[in-house]
Amino acid sequence: MTASDLTKKAHKTRPRKKVQGVGSGAPAWGMIALFILPAFLLYSVFMVWPLFQSLYFSFFEFKGLVRGGFVGLRNFQELLTRYPLNEQLPKAFLHNVYFFIGTMLIQNSLGLLFARLLYVSRFGKRFLQSLYTMPYLISALVVGYLWSLMLNPLFGPINQVLKAVGLGAWARPWLGDPATALPVIILVNAWQWVGFPMLLFSAGLANIGEDLREAARIDGATSWKLFRHIEAPLLLPVIGIVTVLTFIGNFNAFGIVWAMGGVNGEPAGSTDVLGLVFYRTAFRGGIDAFGLASALAVLMFIFIFGVSMLMLGRFRRWEEDLQ
Amino acid sequence: MTHRTSTSSRHLNLSDIGVNVLLWGYAAIVLIPLLLVVSNALRPTREIFKNPMGLPTSISFDSFVKAWGQANFNVYFVNSLMITVASVLLATSVAALAGYMLGRYTFTGSRFLSSFFLAGLMLPFRLAIVPLFLLLNKMGLIDNRMGLIFVYAATGIPFSIFILSSFFRQLPQELSEAARIDGAGEITIFGKIMLPLVRPALATVVVFQFVPLWNDFFFPLILLRSTNKWTLPVGMTRFFGEFQADWSTLFAGLIITTLPLVIIFLLATKQIIAGLTAGIGK
Repeated sequence: MTASDLTKKAHKTRPRKKVQGVGSGAPAWGMIALFILPAFLLYSVFMVWPLFQSLYFSFFEFKGLVRGGFVGLRNFQELLTRYPLNEQLPKAFLHNVYFFIGTMLIQNSLGLLFARLLYVSRFGKRFLQSLYTMPYLISALVVGYLWSLMLNPLFGPINQVLKAVGLGAWARPWLGDPATALPVIILVNAWQWVGFPMLLFSAGLANIGEDLREAARIDGATSWKLFRHIEAPLLLPVIGIVTVLTFIGNFNAFGIVWAMGGVNGEPAGSTDVLGLVFYRTAFRGGIDAFGLASALAVLMFIFIFGVSMLMLGRFRRWEEDLQ
Repeated sequence: MTHRTSTSSRHLNLSDIGVNVLLWGYAAIVLIPLLLVVSNALRPTREIFKNPMGLPTSISFDSFVKAWGQANFNVYFVNSLMITVASVLLATSVAALAGYMLGRYTFTGSRFLSSFFLAGLMLPFRLAIVPLFLLLNKMGLIDNRMGLIFVYAATGIPFSIFILSSFFRQLPQELSEAARIDGAGEITIFGKIMLPLVRPALATVVVFQFVPLWNDFFFPLILLRSTNKWTLPVGMTRFFGEFQADWSTLFAGLIITTLPLVIIFLLATKQIIAGLTAGIGK
């Protein structure tokens, strides 16, 4: 039997054969190493090890690229007390919190709504799903630049349209006004990402058995009741995943804010976020920048990872309560 | 799959109209900015400033020529393509090897290794940039495209192993046993029998790594210095400063940067959706 025969056979049998007993007779250690080691080395050296080193470096003084002596918690202390970091950090943190809340309310609610509305077959369903997902492909930086042209106060189409439909009073320098800049970035980010929660919710809705819906309908449930009492509770795991991924994504925001507000989060720091502060601290800072940036990395890591874990645990308990 | 619950057809029609207005209205919000980019790239800046929403009166590709040549997009594009393709190939090859071993066999430490790789899906990797910068500096890989390729490949490994090992796990055991009786070694079984069977998963993994790497701005911004090594997103920042007043060229630049992704999207919508919803579907 040749390899290609086997391949053919496998194609025929695959759908029926599910998971088979795996692991009868593991190969020799040399063979295992040959398969595992390349991935292991690449991943450890360029990803895992530097992450651990960040923790270690945060306790050391740096002079440029040279690591000096152990300084205990001094980097952390500097980070929270030195001007202008002591003002920028809490502000940027707050902006990230707004970013997260705004995204949850706008982007993820819209994603759920679209998923629900597109769950029943309707004209253009596939086209709409693909279209809504498409902007996710575009670089955050390109999306940011694209919309800053759209929102340009002089030549941008947005203000022109507002004027054309008699809403000229609403026209404003959207990205030049500290009051509107961050909300606009949140909306643009939602424009880019709404397809992602939509797809996850669609997959979640498809997992709910049709017989369950049928039973509810026979009992006379309206669409809203069906959603509220059957679908929403069963979607809870997906809501949990979407929430955590949104949280991680928002607290890592960088490119889109850079494109729309620059490296300093203009205007007047009103769009500054932790990602930008971290970049500036590490690569636009003073001689001791690397120590401070390592300390900031540790704080951000603990916060992002810790809150993600708390959220996952919280959602798991909700699921258990509902069962 | 159509199940309608409403009893009054009049009520149904009204709400149906509302839903369609909402869905197609939002479709317009997605599509119009993208169409404006295309239409504005095809006409001179003068016309754009006169009427931002207008259509081109005559089509001209001057802006593309300008962005490609004068604004260095030819250099950025080739760099982006080289770096992205090399990173994806490297990560996919090593992940296929490791995913095969971890998916097919249990051995001392295999459980630990699986979760070790899986943990990478959760790690905010950018936060490691300072030690990474120092490491690459020591290796002489700062301002070197190879350095960026190693970093990118490392970031792609967790997701690729996650997807590939679960596909390898589902292949029937008889296959490898039959081949082994015929005298095939582990490497032959992997390369000739198993690997071709996980082609759909390989496609998902490749597409799904390609998109974020092509779009990444953070790492090349920090790791590459010389403009002749820059990738498209970094080049874009300089470009937007230099060509500030030349909107037509700006729009052309946005299109050049995005075009490969649009092509991928049209060719591989299925893989993209599979990757986005990995772990949630049935």
